[in-house]
Formats: sequence, C-alpha cells, structure tokens
Amino acid sequence: MKNTIAERIYDFLKNFPPFDVLDKDQLFKIASNVKVTYVEKDNFVFKQEESPHEHFYVVKDGAIGLYRGMDNEQILVDICDEGDIFGLRPLIQNDLYLMSAKANEESVLYAVSVEILKEIIETNDKVKKFLIASFSSNIKTPYAKGTNGQLFANIEILQTSNTSFTEIQSAEFTKNPVTTLKTSTIKEAAQIMSSKRVGSILIVEKNNPIGIITDKDLRSKIATGMVSIDESVTKIMSSPVKTYKQKITVAEAQISMIKNKITHLCITKDGTPNSKLIGVLSEHDIVVMHGNNPSLLIKKVNRAKDVNALKYIREKTSNLLLGYIEQNIPIIFISKIISEINEAITIKAIELSIEEMDKQPPVKFGWLALGSQGRKEQLLMTDQDNALVFEDVAPEKYQPTKQYFLQLAKKVTEKLNIVGFEYCPANMMASNPNWCLSLSEWKNQFSHWIKSPSEDAIMMCTIFFDYNLVFGDKKLVYGMSDSIYESIKSFEIFLNFLGRNALRNPPPIGFFRQFLVENDGAHKDHFDIKSRAMMPLVDAARLLTLSHQIKDKNNTISRFKKLTKIEPQNKDLYLSCIDSFRILLQFRTQQGLKNNDTGRYVDLNNLSKFEKLKLKGCFKPIKDVQELLNIRYNLAQMM
Amino acid sequence: MIRFFKKKQVPKFWQEHLDKVQNSQKYANFENIRFVAIDTETTGFDYENDRILCIGAVAIKNNKILVSDSFEIYLKQEVFNKETVKIHGIRKNGNEAKLSEEEAIIKFIEYLDDAVIVAHHTAFDVNMINQALKRLKVGPLESKQLDTNYIHKKIAKTDTYKKIFSLDELCEIYNVQMHDRHTALGDALITAYLFLKQTSKYKKSNVLNLFDLINTNYHLIK
Repeated sequence: MKNTIAERIYDFLKNFPPFDVLDKDQLFKIASNVKVTYVEKDNFVFKQEESPHEHFYVVKDGAIGLYRGMDNEQILVDICDEGDIFGLRPLIQNDLYLMSAKANEESVLYAVSVEILKEIIETNDKVKKFLIASFSSNIKTPYAKGTNGQLFANIEILQTSNTSFTEIQSAEFTKNPVTTLKTSTIKEAAQIMSSKRVGSILIVEKNNPIGIITDKDLRSKIATGMVSIDESVTKIMSSPVKTYKQKITVAEAQISMIKNKITHLCITKDGTPNSKLIGVLSEHDIVVMHGNNPSLLIKKVNRAKDVNALKYIREKTSNLLLGYIEQNIPIIFISKIISEINEAITIKAIELSIEEMDKQPPVKFGWLALGSQGRKEQLLMTDQDNALVFEDVAPEKYQPTKQYFLQLAKKVTEKLNIVGFEYCPANMMASNPNWCLSLSEWKNQFSHWIKSPSEDAIMMCTIFFDYNLVFGDKKLVYGMSDSIYESIKSFEIFLNFLGRNALRNPPPIGFFRQFLVENDGAHKDHFDIKSRAMMPLVDAARLLTLSHQIKDKNNTISRFKKLTKIEPQNKDLYLSCIDSFRILLQFRTQQGLKNNDTGRYVDLNNLSKFEKLKLKGCFKPIKDVQELLNIRYNLAQMM
Repeated sequence: MIRFFKKKQVPKFWQEHLDKVQNSQKYANFENIRFVAIDTETTGFDYENDRILCIGAVAIKNNKILVSDSFEIYLKQEVFNKETVKIHGIRKNGNEAKLSEEEAIIKFIEYLDDAVIVAHHTAFDVNMINQALKRLKVGPLESKQLDTNYIHKKIAKTDTYKKIFSLDELCEIYNVQMHDRHTALGDALITAYLFLKQTSKYKKSNVLNLFDLINTNYHLIK
C-alpha cells in the first residue's frame, strides 16, 4: 500500500548521516516504522540514568539539549538540531542514558526502532563506522581499543567523484611490456632493452612479474663493475614488484611511486603479483600524461631561470593541490608533496638571489622556514615566515657579514613575495635585522625568551621553535636546537608557561545551526579553525616534544607519532589527536581552496551537517589533550 | 426468530466493529488508547450525492504517531465532480490503485478497529463514511470521535465558540508545518500533529482523560 507519510520521512532522513548511506529499501523500512513524537519546550525526552527506550531519536524540527548532571548542576554538553541523532548509544550498548535530553524549544522527533537499525548495522559497514565515530565523541572512554583509526573512517562518504583532473583518470600504461625469463643473463636482458629501445625490462615467471631491471640498475650495478654482465638477471633485478589492477588512477600511481620510492609499477590481470602481467606504468608515462606532476614540477623548479618561472610553478601547484583534495588523497601525502615543492621554490629563490649578489656568502649560513612552513603544514598560500642564521665571525667582521645576509634575505623575500608568499605583516622574516642573526645571537635570544617568558616571548617561541632548515648548513641548526634544550633544562618552569599558552583556546563543544556551542554556553557565529582547533593541537605537540627533548620533529603529526612511542600509556589519545589534526588540515585546505583565502575563518552557515559532524569529532581529542597538559603542568594553579 | 433475521442482515465486518467498540477495555487508560487521525477527500460537500475519493488515516498511541500504522486508500468513482479535482488532484481514472466503495469501506472499518477517531471537522468525514455505510445497509459508525476544532476551543478558552477554525488556521496557531495539504493522508498527518500538540497543551491544565476530551465535542457527543 502507498504510504505518503513514510515517503516524506524517507525524503527527510536521506539527507542526514548515517541514513544517507543506506540502501533505498533499508531506509524505506526505517521510514515506514518511524514513530513521530512531539516534545514541548523544557520537557524531557529522557533523563540521565534512565533505562533506554526502545527507540533512538532524530530531530525533525526544533532543538534538543543534551545535559549531564554533575554536582547538582546541569551542564550543557551538546545541542541537537534538524537531522541530529541522539539517544542511540545506550540502546546499542545496553547501558543507561548518560545524559538527559530536554527540548530547548518545542520539537518534533522521529523515534526510530533500534531493532531495525541493528539489522542494518550487521550488513552495512559504512553505517557501523559512522556510529563508532559518533559514539566516540560522547562515550566515557572514547579511545577504547578497537575504535582507533576508524574514528573518521566515514570520511569516504565525502568523496566527490566528478572532477576533471587528470589524477583520477585511469593511468594509461604501456601494454605488452618487454619481458625476459629469470634464466636470462644480464647481457641478454640489456641487448633486448637496447634493441627494443626501452628503459626497463620485466622478469617474468609463468607470465607473472617477479622483478624489474631499469636503466638505472644497469648504470649503478653493471657499469660500476659491481656485478658481471654474465650473471643471471635475478642478481640485479628489483624484486618483488609493486602490482596494481588496470584501473589504477594517475594519483594512486603517483602516491605509490612516491611512497615506495620506485619509478615503475606493474599492471597485472587481478592486481596481485600472482597473475598475468599485462602492462607496466612508469613515472615517465605519468609525466607525459599531464604537466601537474609533482616530480616534474620540482624538476621545473630546479631548471627555473627566474622568479616568474617559479611563480608559474607555484600556480600549477595550487591546481595539483585542488585535484588531490578533491580526490581525498591522504593529507599526509599531500602536505609532503606541497612542502617539497615549496621548499624547492625557496631553495631556488635563494640560489637565484646568491647569483645576483656581488660575491658568494662570506660564511656558512642556514635559511629557516618558521611556523606552519617550518612544520610543513602549509598547503595554501599564506604569508612567509622565515629567519636566517649565520656562522659566528670575529667582531670586526660582524657588521659586513650581517649586511651581506640582510641584503641576501631581502632579495629572497622579494622573490617569494612575487611567487605568491606574501610578506609577513609582523615582519617575521630573515630580512628583519632581528631575525637575521649569528649562531651565538640566536642562542642568546632563545635563552632570553626561555628565562624570561613574557607573553610576547612565549609567542615568539611558538613560532621560532618550529623551524626547519630549508637551505644551508645543518650544523648551525643543530647548534640552535641544542641551546634550546639546554636552556629549558636549566629553566624547566618555561614549559609551564608554554603549557599555559597552549590552553589559551579551548575548543568549542559543537555546533548548533549557525552557532558554536561553547563550554560556557556563549555563542559565536563564525569559527576560527586555526586558533580554536589547529593551534591547540600544534601547541600541545610542541610542548610535549620539548618536554621529552625530542629533536628533529617539527611537524605536528610526526610529533604525536613520536609521542605515542614515548608515552605508550597515552597512545590512544595521541593517535586521535593525529586523526583530528589530519581532518582539520584537510578541512582548512578545502575551505581555503573553495573560498580562495587562507581557510582560517569558517562560515558556519555554509557547513553541511556532515561537515559539522566531522569537525565536532575533532574537538574531543583537543579537549582531552588540553586536560592532560593541565594536569601535567599544574596549569590550573597558574591561570 | 428476530435474532436469526438480524444476524443474517448484519455483515461480519459490521458486527465486529460493533463488538470491538462496545467491548474495548482500553478507553480508561489514555496511554493505551489507539487514536486514528482521519481525513477524506470527496467529490463535494453534498452528503447525498457526493462520494469519497480517498481515505487517509494514521494512528497515534501514547503521544506517538505510528507511521507503520497508517492507511491510505482510493475509491472507484461513479459520481465525479470536476470542480473538486482542482483541490484534491484525484482524477476519475488516475493512476492510483482503486477499490470499490464497498471493499474500501470494509477495509477502513477493519483498520479502524476500536480506535478513537480524530479529525478536523469530524462531522463531515464521519457523515461521508456513514453515507457509504448506509449504502451497505449498515452504520452509523459507533467509534468514539474527537475534533481538533473543539479541542482547540477548550484549550484556548477564549470567546471563540462561534468561530470555526480551518485546518490552516490551527496549523498557524500550533506551528504545524503543512506538507501534502489536500491529500487524505497528508491532512490526516497534519491533524495527528495538531492532536499531539493539543493534548500536550491540554495536559498542562487538565488531567488527560478520554471522556473529558470527548466532552469538548458538544456538537457531536457520542
């Protein structure tokens, strides 16, 4: 029988997760069994410690506040509005309600039978993952084993499929590649390669690829005399080979090559090494396919003759970034690739500037990227933050040396500005005499900041401690790092000040329509994703790595990774911080690309339900890591 | 002799209807009562000559509208009035699966079970159904009946006894969104929403009790 009501409910639910990933039949079954209920303002749907109902609830109209009672006080934990789900976890986990649900305004709710949902969870993995993700932000021990890594597994739902970028086209590989058997000698293989004019040859056994020899192998292993040309091909072949299915995309191929540091991929019938070889895909094939290739861009950077060429390449890089983000390539790879290109551009800008100078640098120096560039977390074009360190010189030579490097820095920053990295408004650049210092001056500067940690000094530390050597002498930078750790050791209370700084911005608890739901109940209408969500994680990671005297870890994700090993008891928390940071970085980059800005301020009106949910999931780990800092550094007393 | 005659005259569905309504044990406890919000689309407003085109209904129990317990049925037409097609959109030979009036009414009576009928201008819908029952030589409906119009008057307590509120007006007053207006099931659902909101407001100053609610229907006391 026709059921108009069920159809309407279906149309409503299908817009919201997890209902949006259900099959039509599954969702229709849910819709036809919904019970519609009405709650007047200030009435309870359920109360904390009550036994669970048979249904969970979806807000159709209105707003439901979730409250936790603590010491006779009702603390607002979240507000659910149109399309939000609540009251589900206790039903699935056979637990009492941990929170009370009260109507903040008159509301219409859809009550959904948990039994039907349970059936669906059995068969629909995406729904399961979504639910794990949504529970983890509310349950008592959100980092319980088994939920890690799946916390944001539902991100795939976001994936957009319609994009014109070449990265997601299937890569065109070379069919019928040149092959030989493993019984061949190297000489025979080389003869085949030269007669067929190819740069690589596949070694096959029963048509399955077992290894590959490239020109490079012949150069490095044969021409050098390491191996005799009469030996078997198996002596020098790279084995095993990486195999993929025919439909591999350009992006997947690139990522695989970068990740595995290889230049050739084998295409086999079923994608495994144990099936028939049907083709080979080389890095060169990809370069031919399109110009936005990261390794090609880096090569172009290296060949660039002037700053305009660099500017063009950086623009190309933005296209590449857009393509990667649209395909949901892991943000770690994206940031690696973009940082590589940014670094190559900076290096080239320095080289071009040195050429323009009358003479070579008088002493060794190092060019440092600071802040987000130093942490390699800068994907969008933002301001440049940099500094310069040069070797200590005799007092009489100090002025001319400093003048030389200031002049050089001026040229470099000018070039970077032309490329698109705008001048830092706070003048935190190597062209500023304050940030173009000799090694001992830097040591003094750091020691001064650490020993008299004023608010300004702490802010400087958060920028200057995240440096990364882009160009020049490594030893100088080691000297700087050592001095930081020495100073901290003799003045450990500095870490408490740094900790206090890390807690400046507590994350909000969630969103409600165009508002942020703050811990104190205050509302704001835009969201500063940088200072409210990303910086707290960056600050926490920096502080914790400094406290463990970890060197060479200037990237937030790699800092947390290292911390999981040093503090295994907090592993789950740190892993969830990594997940959150990835999501936030990707989110900010997407926002920035969409609005052509830095992506820092997020307009809540434009966020979809799913985006809000995704962001909300990031707040919990931030809150928890801040709690950890608070306890560890006794910060409550200092504040 | 008389009993035998009567039994032969009364069809099974009708006898069951009478039994269910008369013997129901549920009316004393409000949470157990099954209410059914109904709406009919008709060819016009003449009880004698116009006919039901469609009946929509949805059940309410314990402050919840049960989507799974809903009813939507279209009737084959002998009488046809092209003026009302503009309102309800049901054409004489439209695509909806249609039943004869007899089949449809029997199905509806079975669906109704011992429920309390809730409608907007209940008298009209019930009269149309009674006319159809009359053609089957039975009726009128024994079911208890409520009208959102009269419940509103009881809650509002203002001097509005002469005013008849339209469904649209009540939706405005109670902030009910109007979807699928002028389809039988759509209007039945809107009526059900009104009923949920009205009973929860009514509860604030009165004890929720079926017989008090029924007493709000001074025009159609059953």
